[in-house]
Amino acid sequence: MQFSKKDVLDIASLSAEDINMVLDTAVGMKEISERPIKKVPTLRGKTVILFFYEPSTRTRMSFDIAAKRLSADSLSISASTSSLVKGETLIDTAKNLESMHPDVIIIRHSSAGVPRMLARTVRASVINAGDGMHAHPTQALLDMMTVRERKGRLSGLRLAIIGDIAHSRVARSNIVGFTKMGASVVVAAPPTMIPLGIDALGAEVTHDIGEAVAGADVIMMLRIQKERLRSFLYPSDREYARFYGLNIKRLEKATKDVLIMHPGPMNRGVEISPEVADGPFSIILDQVTNGVAVRMALLYLVAGGQRHADSD
Amino acid sequence: MRIVIRGGRIIDPSQPEEAADLLIEDGIIRDLRPSAGSSETDWPGVDRLVDATGRLVLPGLIDTHVHLREPGQEYKETIASGCQAAVWGGVTAVCCMPNTDPVNDNAGVTEFILKKAAEAATARVYPAGAISRGLQGQEMSEFGELKAAGAVAVTDDGMPVMDAQLMRRALEYARGFGLIVMAHSEDLALTGSGVMNEGLVSTRLGLSGIPNCSESVMVTRDIALCALTRSKLHIAHVSTRESIRAIRQAKDQGIPVTAETAPHYFTLTDEDVGEYDTHAKMNPPLRTREDKEAIRQALADGTIDAIATDHAPHSSIEKDVEFDRAANGIIGLETSLPLSLGLVRDGVLTIHQLAERMSLAPARILGLDRGLGPGKPADITIIDPDAPHRIDSRTFQSLSRNCPFDGWNVQGWAVMTIVDGNIVFDRKAEAP
Repeated sequence: MQFSKKDVLDIASLSAEDINMVLDTAVGMKEISERPIKKVPTLRGKTVILFFYEPSTRTRMSFDIAAKRLSADSLSISASTSSLVKGETLIDTAKNLESMHPDVIIIRHSSAGVPRMLARTVRASVINAGDGMHAHPTQALLDMMTVRERKGRLSGLRLAIIGDIAHSRVARSNIVGFTKMGASVVVAAPPTMIPLGIDALGAEVTHDIGEAVAGADVIMMLRIQKERLRSFLYPSDREYARFYGLNIKRLEKATKDVLIMHPGPMNRGVEISPEVADGPFSIILDQVTNGVAVRMALLYLVAGGQRHADSD
Repeated sequence: MRIVIRGGRIIDPSQPEEAADLLIEDGIIRDLRPSAGSSETDWPGVDRLVDATGRLVLPGLIDTHVHLREPGQEYKETIASGCQAAVWGGVTAVCCMPNTDPVNDNAGVTEFILKKAAEAATARVYPAGAISRGLQGQEMSEFGELKAAGAVAVTDDGMPVMDAQLMRRALEYARGFGLIVMAHSEDLALTGSGVMNEGLVSTRLGLSGIPNCSESVMVTRDIALCALTRSKLHIAHVSTRESIRAIRQAKDQGIPVTAETAPHYFTLTDEDVGEYDTHAKMNPPLRTREDKEAIRQALADGTIDAIATDHAPHSSIEKDVEFDRAANGIIGLETSLPLSLGLVRDGVLTIHQLAERMSLAPARILGLDRGLGPGKPADITIIDPDAPHRIDSRTFQSLSRNCPFDGWNVQGWAVMTIVDGNIVFDRKAEAP
């Protein structure tokens, strides 16, 4: 079986088979990162451009390391160093990049839909590293990999996502991904942070974090962005931590083998207490490790071997 | 110049005779005679005999909501190109919005627009002046000066008047000059950073949503101010069922409010944003199917008086960008009639109601005297209601191409447009 996609723009356009193929491939890739010599020649001669219009440390490093471990040539452009600051349009920048014959372009952008726009413009494979509030498919894939690694399966599990669902591309991609793989998803947040129609994506909704925690096999906490205070989504960090934060006391009601995840960066003491973040149930750093593996797998699948006729 | 239009079907509710010949002379409709038994020789000494057999003859279409972009953004549209697009679309007169650069908030700009329109000599142009200087929502423009220069309405279109006291005073003051106030009803705080309708689609696409009440809250406020002042208020580009409910109730109470909607609101929904199509981005945004159905119903029962395009030309510079950053609006002058004829085909409107929504009601809103009776200005649109054709934006007279209907197969269009007794568009003469 071959990976059928030229681009990886969101989880919705991947099939369950696609997702399994990525996760299976990632398991093999993870082993490479554990060797003393962490490099294979698989993508030698391939060019990978990291195009980040939005600040990122973890995701950009993760992609960069993934590309280098596969021997691809990678280079990184950020908004401040790109021609964007000189007024060039995104399409023009994309056409210029295209002219240098890259094999893969990894893009992060604050505007939803930009990866798709880029994919329409260039022949290179496009991997979405997060677009606005829309999608963050590699995060969802690494989350699925991490859960599958611990639980041996995704099907039948219950995932609770707690936090600002409305503004979260991580939540959207995970809701679509986990439900596609047979898990059930409940989202918990104050009503200000639940977008209209999130149930249509497959999530149940509760405003009671205790209820979400109690039945969950996996709890995923989302980062609370302080700038949301200004849009009246919540009154204070203190109140948020008290009613929607995850702490040891709240975890007492969880199952004994619950997994705690967080896509980072964390606000310790707001959405997650330090004891929980550093505690025995936390697999937060496993997520980071698996992030490299999943991104190696995706780079290999879209850039290794032959280009498929199918273009998403 | 004497023109006779022969054998067409006269669509004007005030004219009892549907099968009639029309004599036009010196820009005026002089005579209307039954076609039965008439022959070409009954009209000696005419300069042009137009055979309208099988055609519909309507009082000239009028669009109460058009952005002509000149002065300031002539790369998107000029007064000449916009008027040319209008007459190709069968539109004989347009009311142009004041958000030009400089803003039409003074007599000088109004005079400039009218001078350019006179030079173009195609569609008639009726400028709307700004309610507030520079559209800043702070101080009132000089309505008297604007009116004296030729403005027929005032509006801050593109921006709501957020200050309720300014809106109240504008309504009152406008009445003294016989100007109608056109409201872009929107609560900017509720719109926030929204770029499309708030709902299932915005959630799926991860785009910030604009709730229906962003419009209806302000429609309700503006109606309250209209009730208070008893000044004429026209609600622009109605897009939601809640606004319709408020307008219907206001009309039942005798409040002097009128309303328009645009073809995209009765044709498209937020689903048409598809995969971030910026040609489906406008303000107010495309709403849901329930809203679309409510708008069609409101056009049928007269709650919405007029169909106006909100013709908003933008170039690829504004549209071929990230969805968040793309400008709002689409062009409409050259697609409005075929899309509206779709309402007749769907049984939503009768052809007489279409004439009312696209010509007679807009005329009343702008304070113009129109119709096909003797003595009326000779502004006439002749329509082939069934002609099948494919919308091709490359053939548009507008300088812009931001049209979500490109490639659509539609039926019906204008075959001739007459303004002030002159044939300003004749499709036969334009045949490729």
